[in-house]
Amino acid sequence: MSGYWAGILAILAINIIFAYGIFVTAAAGQLNLGGAGFMAIGAYAAAVLGEQLGWSPALTVPAATLVTALVGFAIAFPVLRTRGVYMVLATFAFAHVVTGVILTQPALGGAMGLVVPDYVDLPVLIGAAIATTLLVFWLMATRLGLAMRALHDDELVSTLMGVPARAVQVASFAIGAGLAGLAGGLYAHHFSFVEAQYFSALLSIYVLLFVLIGGTQTAWGPLVGATFFTVVPELLRIGGSWRYVVFGAIIVAMMMFRPEGIVTRTLLARIGFRRRRVADAR
Amino acid sequence: MSASAPLVRGAHPLAISAGVALAAICCIALLAMLPGGATLAQQIVSGLMLGAIYVTVAVAFTLTIGVLNFLNFTIPTMFMLTGMVAWGLARWGLPFGLSGGLHWALALLGGIIVSIAASLVVERFTFRYLKTRHGDATEHAIPLVSSLGFLLIFEHLVLIVLGSEAQSFPVRFRLDWHLGPLVLGLPQLASLLLSLGIVFWLSWLLTSTRTGRALRSIAESPDTATLLGVEVTRIVPIVFLLSGLLCGVAGALFVVNYSDVSPFMGEHVGTKAIAAMVLGGLGSIWGAIAGGLLVGLMETLGIHFFGGDAAQVVVWSALLAAIVLRPQGLFGGTRIGKGKL
Repeated sequence: MSGYWAGILAILAINIIFAYGIFVTAAAGQLNLGGAGFMAIGAYAAAVLGEQLGWSPALTVPAATLVTALVGFAIAFPVLRTRGVYMVLATFAFAHVVTGVILTQPALGGAMGLVVPDYVDLPVLIGAAIATTLLVFWLMATRLGLAMRALHDDELVSTLMGVPARAVQVASFAIGAGLAGLAGGLYAHHFSFVEAQYFSALLSIYVLLFVLIGGTQTAWGPLVGATFFTVVPELLRIGGSWRYVVFGAIIVAMMMFRPEGIVTRTLLARIGFRRRRVADAR
Repeated sequence: MSASAPLVRGAHPLAISAGVALAAICCIALLAMLPGGATLAQQIVSGLMLGAIYVTVAVAFTLTIGVLNFLNFTIPTMFMLTGMVAWGLARWGLPFGLSGGLHWALALLGGIIVSIAASLVVERFTFRYLKTRHGDATEHAIPLVSSLGFLLIFEHLVLIVLGSEAQSFPVRFRLDWHLGPLVLGLPQLASLLLSLGIVFWLSWLLTSTRTGRALRSIAESPDTATLLGVEVTRIVPIVFLLSGLLCGVAGALFVVNYSDVSPFMGEHVGTKAIAAMVLGGLGSIWGAIAGGLLVGLMETLGIHFFGGDAAQVVVWSALLAAIVLRPQGLFGGTRIGKGKL
């Protein structure tokens, strides 16, 4: 395999994990436009633990996941008081606060960034991406996943049916933050360098687009969305900025003609991945 | 849903704002006379000037959210488009060699026209496709996502056509007015007055004209407005026309004041304008004015006291606190955007 495709596969694996982090939150009906902030926390946690305490990646990456999940859990309580556009704006502001704090702390390298010891190779990234995918598929099949989908489809009715809305939303927000932190930790160790500028608002926007274009109804969505938008621009190879123009045009066209995302429950039923019951229900 | 019009609040906003402005001028004058207060007073003045640009963009945001419940992410791009297109017109003139480099005022006018046209294109392709076949909790994100798509399209088209460099766009209109220890740039003063003038005109438009009443009825309930004979598909483009105009004016004022343009200038101003809108309360025009001036002040004073990067933390922490603790904004009681986008 050439170094070029190895690089793309590494980005793809990180994007898939990151997209699942945003998806788990979106699957419960919450939009998180602050993904880059959580990824930055994970990346810097791994970098600091590796450099200051000399931990190996086998310890720093799980620790980074845990730290980010805890931050997500703590921030979920104030943020989930808001809804709709306010939630989008609150998470957006949170990501700006995170990168702002990193830039002003000399201990975190400020604008210079941090060098991360211990290289993590491609097979580990691919393994983590596969494990995350399986984990989210399993999660969506549990009772918690059912509650999340119910909240996504109609919050009022599912609350009336006895779904503990707040607990489910806090849980999905914390799990999503943890996955974004996992993506950040792996990113830090694979590229051996982190800088605050990478975790920009544009990164949060891109990953939310992966998820929404892929579709939030089933766990296939982020996998398809992240793969589509990481690989297709490489295949297009129109060069430079034109590929982003095409990307933007695809997004606008998607929202006009298929606003539910590429993969929907009806599509899966039609292909035959689901039990007949779903197909009959149509 | 509140019975009063959510877009315009307060009994006599014009009188209140005149009073506040007078009090502010007196305070700044007093501060400037104190020993050592002149630097601080100068910072406050430039903060208000910067705030005037945020006000104009924030009103564009708040208008789209107030009437349509739509967070339009192309607004910063239209601001950028005005500056870059105007620079291109002044440098090379009209496309296909129709003319030589234009005078800067004509070029800025051209930039504003392009901004309005772009805004109408966005309306045609985002807002008309709001309806989903399978309703769910993220369906309100559809116009938001399309507007992110347009953000990518416009930004990268500008990069292709006009390059990625920051360009200097000198406007020969530099006059300073020395007022005691204070230095007031005349273009800055003119832009403060112009942007506030446009906002006052807009609020008059909303309260006292037929179009304004139609817009407010759509803000309350699009379905009821349709039942009562408001042609929603004809009124909605007006919102986009106005927001394009506001962004264009803000972009032109930015060029006149700071004399440079870059393809990335929209991001900074756009995010600050979002902060200003939230601080003032979503959907409230007077809130956007106060919020814009406040964010301008917080930014210049933050840079003055703590340095550049820390000022960002100050502004964004204030925003996060405001959303969580007082989602209706500092002045509003509006419920716009609370349940759906």
